[in-house]
Amino acid sequence: MSRSTKKGPYIHPSLMKKIKALNENREKRVIKTWSRSSTIFPEMVGHTIAVHDGRKHVPIYISEDMVGHKLGEFAPTRFFRGHGSHTERSTALR
Amino acid sequence: MARIAGVDLPRDKRVEVALTHIYGIGRSSAGKILAQTGINPDTRVRDLTEEEASRLREEISDNYKVEGDLRREIALNIKRLIEIGSYRGLRHRRGLPVRGQRTRTNARSRKGPKKTVGVRRR
Repeated sequence: MSRSTKKGPYIHPSLMKKIKALNENREKRVIKTWSRSSTIFPEMVGHTIAVHDGRKHVPIYISEDMVGHKLGEFAPTRFFRGHGSHTERSTALR
Repeated sequence: MARIAGVDLPRDKRVEVALTHIYGIGRSSAGKILAQTGINPDTRVRDLTEEEASRLREEISDNYKVEGDLRREIALNIKRLIEIGSYRGLRHRRGLPVRGQRTRTNARSRKGPKKTVGVRRR
């Protein structure tokens, strides 16, 4: 079920505060955040936000098209390295 | 004869069903269109008068996005997801299910026919 419109889109309050501060001082700095569930606001466009993927912070440059999505959508949490490669051990047994 | 929204003309079916041959119109919107234009859903396509056909044509072209336009919109939406590098775009790019379904089994519609993988050992 989707979130009630009455509440408005969710964003972590301290993340919003940091963005506001950056916009006021007209500076660009990478902000680290763990808040993957925060919605991307129009205010964030042009900033780079480093979103935690469980291990490290993935820097994401926010473009206009991303508004309305969640930060977590741009920092994948799983990394698939593939199946069944022919390693030395598996081929030596032949 | 009954040529609505481009190329579609199934002749012997009831209009209610025939309209669903147009991409972007299903049973539900077909019913709504017929109610709106005041045409009996049980009439066959070949029995439609020229005037009724043009009423249908007008109703569809004014209020519905169908065929090429709709296909283009969908393709653009997918392209947008891919370009912004979102998770959903990634899933589209790899041809895997987009909405969180399991992929350990099933998901054959997205993945296509089975391909056996694995390391052979002896």
